[in-house]
Amino acid sequence: MASLKKLSQNSELFSRGHRACAGCGEALAVRQVLLATGGQKVVAIMPTGCLEIFSSIYPHSAWQVPMIHTAFETSASTASGVESAYRFHKKMGRIKEDLRFIAFGGDGGTYDIGFQALSGAVERGHRFLYVCTDNEGYMNTGIQRSSATPMGAHTTTSPAGSKIPGKRQHRKDIVEIMIAHDIAYAGQTTIALWNDLVTKVQKALAVDGPAFLNVLVPCPLGWGHPGAATVTVSKLAADTCFWPVYEFENGRYKVNYEPKEKLPVEEFLKPQGRFRHLFTRPEGKAVIAELQRHIDAKWSLLHNKQDKLCTP
Amino acid sequence: MILAKTGNEAMAYAMRQINPDVVAAYPITPSTEIVQIFSNYVHDGLVDTEFVAVESEHSAMAACIGSAASGCRTMTATASQGLALMHEMLFIAGGLRLPIVVAIASRSLSSPLNIHADHSDSLASRDSGWMQFFCETVEEGYDTLIQAVKMAERTSLPAIVAIDGFILSHCMERLEVFDDRKVRDWLGPYKPNWNLLDLDRPILVGPATLQDYYFEFKRSQIEGMNRALPVIQEVMKDFREAFGRSYDVIEEYRCEDAKAVVLLMGSACGDVRAAVDALRKQGKKVGMVKLRVFRPLPHGLLRAALGRFECVGVMDRADSVNSFVGPLYNEVAASLYDAPRKPTLLSYVFGLGGKEFTPDDAAGILEQVLAGKKDEQVTYVGVR
Amino acid sequence: MEAKRSWKDLPCGAIIEDLKAVLDNKTGAWRAMRPIWHADKCISCLTCWIYCPEGAIIVKDGKNQGIDYDYCKGCGICAEVCPKKVHAIDMVKEEK
Repeated sequence: MASLKKLSQNSELFSRGHRACAGCGEALAVRQVLLATGGQKVVAIMPTGCLEIFSSIYPHSAWQVPMIHTAFETSASTASGVESAYRFHKKMGRIKEDLRFIAFGGDGGTYDIGFQALSGAVERGHRFLYVCTDNEGYMNTGIQRSSATPMGAHTTTSPAGSKIPGKRQHRKDIVEIMIAHDIAYAGQTTIALWNDLVTKVQKALAVDGPAFLNVLVPCPLGWGHPGAATVTVSKLAADTCFWPVYEFENGRYKVNYEPKEKLPVEEFLKPQGRFRHLFTRPEGKAVIAELQRHIDAKWSLLHNKQDKLCTP
Repeated sequence: MILAKTGNEAMAYAMRQINPDVVAAYPITPSTEIVQIFSNYVHDGLVDTEFVAVESEHSAMAACIGSAASGCRTMTATASQGLALMHEMLFIAGGLRLPIVVAIASRSLSSPLNIHADHSDSLASRDSGWMQFFCETVEEGYDTLIQAVKMAERTSLPAIVAIDGFILSHCMERLEVFDDRKVRDWLGPYKPNWNLLDLDRPILVGPATLQDYYFEFKRSQIEGMNRALPVIQEVMKDFREAFGRSYDVIEEYRCEDAKAVVLLMGSACGDVRAAVDALRKQGKKVGMVKLRVFRPLPHGLLRAALGRFECVGVMDRADSVNSFVGPLYNEVAASLYDAPRKPTLLSYVFGLGGKEFTPDDAAGILEQVLAGKKDEQVTYVGVR
Repeated sequence: MEAKRSWKDLPCGAIIEDLKAVLDNKTGAWRAMRPIWHADKCISCLTCWIYCPEGAIIVKDGKNQGIDYDYCKGCGICAEVCPKKVHAIDMVKEEK
């Protein structure tokens, strides 16, 4: 169990001076993840996206650890190359220290365009932690839908139009997909639960192989709420069970956060402009009902799987 | 030691001797065997290489970039659609000035699908900041791949070494290989400009730039390519001294008193040599200019070499579908624009999709070039 | 802040070598709202510290020292997460 006092003694590896929007959930997640690494030597990889733009406009790098960016769909594939180089150097005795590789990616670079590279890297068993900072849309290009966008959400490519009220499909379950790769450790968490996030990062870095974390990070601009509400909204995601906080470790599921009171999904939707049309239009009711049904079904399924051995 | 090897076997053999630190590769016809044979070397413990069997060529190049940025000598092999899939990553490797070396078994680009030889794949990426070498024989492929590692590391530019698909990649030719240790010692260790894994000097590789810096970085990269030719020539000289085999950027065959010549790259040079010999027997003053280095474009050498002929037939084994002429013709014409003496230039496109090209075809072209004119702007050789 | 470099002075390959240069970008200039920290009320629970996306809450030896106004963007998360009973941070308009 981490303590904030102890954590505050760790180096800030993501420097102030970056250009993220005020209240950016992604910037916060990266800062928290790097704080959690305390003492370990980390090399980071990232794809093109908000993080890349706000952290690395020449000549400014917010990263206080080595970092490589190549392209949009290549976080995991670039990481594969870096990790292989490291294995070579270690084999040849040129590097003695233990390095840890953290590949970041937004939901675009992870669920969609970077999906192939992620699957390949995990299948091959490279030792790295992949952290998806999931803000449920392609935010850097101005809020377009991704396969991580929830049903009903307004984005510029799934707008709340007069005929079709927002995105038509449910989110893709990326953690389940990672689990289907027989990954040793996969977890889902969010920035509001800093302790859970820090614990998961530390567990994941200890795995001798690939590990995956899906971190929900609100985007004030894309989700339509004030920057000040970022942490609050992410907490509501956990309290409504819209965002189950759980882990898959050595073949078993474990729910890490049971809300004291499971809130109805409306509590998560209400503060966000991207769901406003669901409350102002008659067809919105059915979408909200479907969202609730889906949440409840997944919550129940998750609990059913707990503690059973789910890996060959 | 003299062996009989196909082009793919020769490239893989060279790779074994180079013993790169990391290879991230994906199979594609006709280069697949290079990767397969190399995998055998890996699994038999004959190389120290970390081999990454990636899930696509795009990931292959991304992994190669990650590896080269992390202080490792890195190689791969591909062709055609695979190289095309790597396309965006090639520019990134170029901009990061990483000396990745790629063996290519030159193959046409879809659609329609065709697995046979032409130069479309490499030439389609001619703007990516990579050095590009085209080989006539299996032995030349072997030699050039070894040289390319040194050239790439000295210039900080990535390099493609191309052998024609099937014609060279799958055909057995005489290959005199060098001693493993000699190759390794001649190359020496890779000394990167910087290293992502150097924790004492942490860096960020691949930043974003705004309007104030992009052009400056590009200008710097351009300068790197501008300075590459003398380095290439120096390494060729060094190779000759170490191993005895001689190479040049441009090679002339029986051009001393030639009236007219053809200029081309790749295995078809062999067919042209035979045709030149046959026509010379008839007293016709023809010759061949073989271009080995396409990038950097040796425009100065081309200007100096070609100005003295009356007519030059430029033979493109690719077409850039620009409603005009082929890519090699374009570059040759531009090189000659400021020449005090300009030959007549004739445009030929041949051998696309492995279309059969024989010494007779070559002789036909040479005759036409000797005559110094033809009816159509571009002759598409052998098209029914 | 260094003057803009000539192409001749750039590294070989697009990299950033000076990881401190980012501190030249004083994002405090962005603020429309400013957090006011009341040291006397603060219990150094460090909740604001762990939730600041900028890392602009200064902590030394486990004790909250206040806000780095050079970089604070005024997002207001700190005021929002400060325990209601403590209420050590207020958001006010940024006066220029």
